[in-house]
Order: sequence, then C-alpha cells, then structure tokens
Amino acid sequence: MISSSTIPLFMAIPLGGAFLCALLGKRVKSAADGIGIMAVVGVFMLSIFSVITLQATDGGRLTTAIGNWQAPYGIQLVLDSFTSFMLVTVNLIAFLVMIYSISYMTRYTDKWKFHTLFLLMLAGMNGVVITGDLFNLFVFLEVASIASYALVAFGTGKNELEAAFKYAVMGSMGSLLILLGIGFLYSYTSTLNMADMAERLQLLGDSRITLTAMVMFLMGFGLKAAMVPFHAWLPDAHPSAPAPISAMLSGVLIKALGIYAICRLLFNVFGMAPQVSSLLMVFAAVSMAVGAVLALKQWDMKRLLAYSSISQVGYILLGIGIGTPLALLGALFHLFNHAVFKSLLFLDSGAVEYATGTRDLRKMGGLSSRLPITSGSTLIASASVAGIPPFAGFWSKLIIILAAVQAGYWFYAAWAVVISVITLAYVMKITRYGFLGRIKKQLEVIVEVPAFMRIALVALALICLLGGLLLLPGVREGFLGQASDVLSRGVVTLSEVVR
Amino acid sequence: MNAYLPYVMCIVLFCLGVYAVLAKRNIIKILIGLCIAEYAVNLFLILVAYRVGGRSPIFSSTDVILPDVMVDPLPQALVLTAIVIGLATTAFLVAIAMRLHDRFGTYDITKIRELRG
Repeated sequence: MISSSTIPLFMAIPLGGAFLCALLGKRVKSAADGIGIMAVVGVFMLSIFSVITLQATDGGRLTTAIGNWQAPYGIQLVLDSFTSFMLVTVNLIAFLVMIYSISYMTRYTDKWKFHTLFLLMLAGMNGVVITGDLFNLFVFLEVASIASYALVAFGTGKNELEAAFKYAVMGSMGSLLILLGIGFLYSYTSTLNMADMAERLQLLGDSRITLTAMVMFLMGFGLKAAMVPFHAWLPDAHPSAPAPISAMLSGVLIKALGIYAICRLLFNVFGMAPQVSSLLMVFAAVSMAVGAVLALKQWDMKRLLAYSSISQVGYILLGIGIGTPLALLGALFHLFNHAVFKSLLFLDSGAVEYATGTRDLRKMGGLSSRLPITSGSTLIASASVAGIPPFAGFWSKLIIILAAVQAGYWFYAAWAVVISVITLAYVMKITRYGFLGRIKKQLEVIVEVPAFMRIALVALALICLLGGLLLLPGVREGFLGQASDVLSRGVVTLSEVVR
Repeated sequence: MNAYLPYVMCIVLFCLGVYAVLAKRNIIKILIGLCIAEYAVNLFLILVAYRVGGRSPIFSSTDVILPDVMVDPLPQALVLTAIVIGLATTAFLVAIAMRLHDRFGTYDITKIRELRG
C-alpha cells in the first residue's frame, strides 16, 4: 500500500497543492476549495495507510534517501510508528479543519491565499515529523512557522497584526536558538543525520557541548510548544487567527513543531538524562498551573482556550518527563486527545462567532437553544478537556496520573489532579456563560452554522466520545503502543535505521 | 585565547542582536536586532567549518583526499539555506511593520498594545 518511495508524497502533495492554489485560485474561484480538500484527503489517506503498512514491516521502519544519497551523507526520511502516529493526528485534524473552513472562510476575501498558506503549513508539519535529518527538520520547521505567522495575520486587523508581529519575532528567536544548537551539535559530531548523530554521541560521551545544545533545543522547541516561560506569544497569536487556524495552531502545530521535536531529540538522539527529565517535569508543572489559572480569568472565549492549551501541553510534557513506558503512552494519547478536543473547541468558538458575531462570553448566554450542534459538541469537548469519564480526555489524564504514582512522583500526581479541578472550573465557565441560561433578546434571531461546519464539529465530537476505544487491547498495541515504544526504547542508531 | 576570539565575538554579536530585540521600542530597530542575531548564528556556522590555511574541497583529487587541509563545505550550504529562510522572515516582518504603521500610525512598540490579559 505504501512503500519507501511514496514517503516524500507526504510533503509533495501539500506543496503541490499550495502551488496549484496560488496558480489557479485567483482566476477560478472554486478551484482553491477543491484543490485544498483533495490534497488534504490525499495525505490523510496516506497516513492511515502508513499505520497499516508499518504493522507488517519488520523493524517497524521505512526509510528513503532523497536523491539516492545514502545516509549518513544525504537527507534521509524515516517513517516509524511515532512518525505515523503524528502524521495521523496532524492530517486528521487538517482534514476536518479544511472541511470546516470551506464555509467559515467565506467571511474573508482571498480564500485562495488562505488555502495556499494552509497547505504550506501542513507540508512543513509533515516534513518535520518525517525527516531523519536535523537540518532538514529546521527547514521544515521554518516553512511551517512562516506560514503560520502569515496565517495569524490573515485578518490584517489591528489585533491580528500585533499578534503576528509578536509571534513572528519570538518564533524567529526560537528558530535561531535551534539553529545555534544544530551548529553546536554539528561541530561536535560532524554529522546531521539524527541516527548517525545518536551513534556518535554514544561513542563521544557526554560533554558540555551536548548539554549546551540540549538547553538551546529546550528553549527553541519549548518556545514553539508554548512551554512556560516561553509562552507569551500563544495567548495573543491563537485567538487572533481565524478560527480554523486557531484550531490548527493549538491542535497540531505546537505539537508537531514543539513536542514532537523535543521527544525525538531527547529520547532518540541524546538519550533521556535524569536531570533533563526532572527539568522537563518542573517546566510542565509550572505550565499546567500558569495556563489553568490564567484561563480562569479570561472572558474572551478563544483567549481562554489558548491559555487552556498551555495548561494541557503541560500535561503532555509531564508524561514525557516521567518517561516510563506507561507515562509515554499517556502523554502520546493526551497529545492525540488534545489535538482533537482543542481543535473542536476552537472550531466551536468560530461557529459561535460566525452565528453571533462575538467571542465575549459576557455577551452570550443561552446559545444551546439556538445552536444545538455547536453547543452539544462544545459540551462534549469541554467534558473531554476536564477529564470526565467516559470521554477520551479522562483516560489519557488517568494514565498520566497513574504513571506518576507508579514512578513514585506523588507530588506531580497530586498536582495533576488539582489542576484538573481548575480545568473543570474554566470549562464550566464556557458552558455556563456561553450556552446555558436564558438567551438574550438580540441573539434570538441567530441560526445554526452551515452544513460543512456542522460535519466537522460532529466528526470531532464523535472522536472525543469514542477516543477511549484506542486503549482497547489489540487497538492499543497497533497505534499508541508502537508509537510510545519508539520513544521508550531510547537511542536509535544508524545501523538500526539502515538495514 | 586567540583561537577562541572569533567565537567570543560571534556570541557577543548574537547577544547584541538579542539586546536590540528586547530593549528597543522601535519596530524597525527590533527587526534590525533580529537580523544581527541571525547573522551571528550564520557566522557561527561558518566559523565551525573554517580551517586556517584550508582550501576548497573541489581542488583535492579523487585519489588522495586530504581532509586536514579542506574547509568543510557543508555548513556553508546550510548557511545558504538559513540566509534564504532569514530573507523570508525579514520580508514578512517588514510587511507586517508597514501594515502596523498604517493601522496605528506609529512604529513605537509601547503604543501598539491592544492585546493583554
């Protein structure tokens, strides 16, 4: 179904789609939608196939050498279970967001520019997760980042421009730190291939250079992942973007660019060191608390959700910091769930804005009578964020907390429980002020959003509801289990990747 | 000490750029600071590859490869890519700065403050 020669398609399809959108979109009005949907469906199907194919591949890894320059000299693309897990997450959300934006983006002019940038961002994210070369990772990271800067500024209002400027300056600073880290590592190991680098780092042993590079990467990728104290751009950038883009940024961009890269480098290249994991857990605990507490006092629905993203990323990082196989499983499962429920919530906020024209929770109220599907899906997603059984978010949080207890981190387990109570409080704020109660007089005329938007909302709500099934024996090993195994097995050397 | 001096100067340059980004109030000066930091990183990559008295690798014959007298060409290729990426970022930021000036009528970052909380 998928062989090593089809791996470059994950980047080629969205890049080609972006090119065609830019070429035809201005002249043929409907072309942009069609091309966008086709490209996204294509990569989504490919990523599903990649999971199925990897089950039957021994070694669980497909590789291809770009331009037939063999590793470690050329750029190598590596498709393993962790990569295909990320590909499914990214492309699933991109697919549903694309369907949603067919109707939503009619609010804006120049829809084709949106599709072009969207596909470029998707190509960047797919590239980041699939590449086996450190500098190539940086290039794709920049492709995705620059596209996302432009998408944040898409509305070109005062807020959008200010947020985009802040995001672009901080994002570029983060990228520079990453590049500096790559420079340090290259001077130490004289290779850029990640597997080869891991092998040489094992031989050379620890030194101050690896530590410096690790700190650079933690700052750079931590900024992309919006880890506190590098989070200041997120609460401005995510609410200012159009709703589908907020969903993409909060749902998958911070994970593909930030968390994925941190995991891949720390586990598979450096090998997880105890001091780094304890540092990561401290950052995670601070992120969880800061995000949740600041979310409580927001009245702008999207801004509240953006702070909630910071808090939830903290949960994922906590699981990664603990580092036991169970914790990694929980972290990856929470990553998937957060991608689903947070993009659903952002799409819901977009639907509310589409129908009522406001994001301010104080101006809403009683919307459930007029917007049944939007409010229903918001309720489901909120329950999933807050960790109410049987929704998917409950299971992933439970696993992370259990793993913390199992590893003896009682403090962090208790901390996670306390923060999830605060989480419940802020999602109650959305449902209480936004959707319950009596409807205001001026809002009585609003109608439910168009069909394409409803399809995306219902599909994401169903995944929230049924996501827990991914933990069933048989399903778990194939998807989440294999992905977390890649991380928990530790350093991957070149001889394992090339055989 | 002498061998480390270029690296030290490079880090100083980077810190100057970061200082400009953090401390300056004018958007254009922030952009210039970002560019300085970027050039410092590019310079660092070139320094990593540099070798005193080295020559370009295409001049060595295929029979006898002398890695000791060659300058490493790979970081130079990387820097080329990094420069192009930097160009895209800078162009984007300049465009944003112009739009910001249209909307707010100022380049002063302390007066462009609508988002908070």
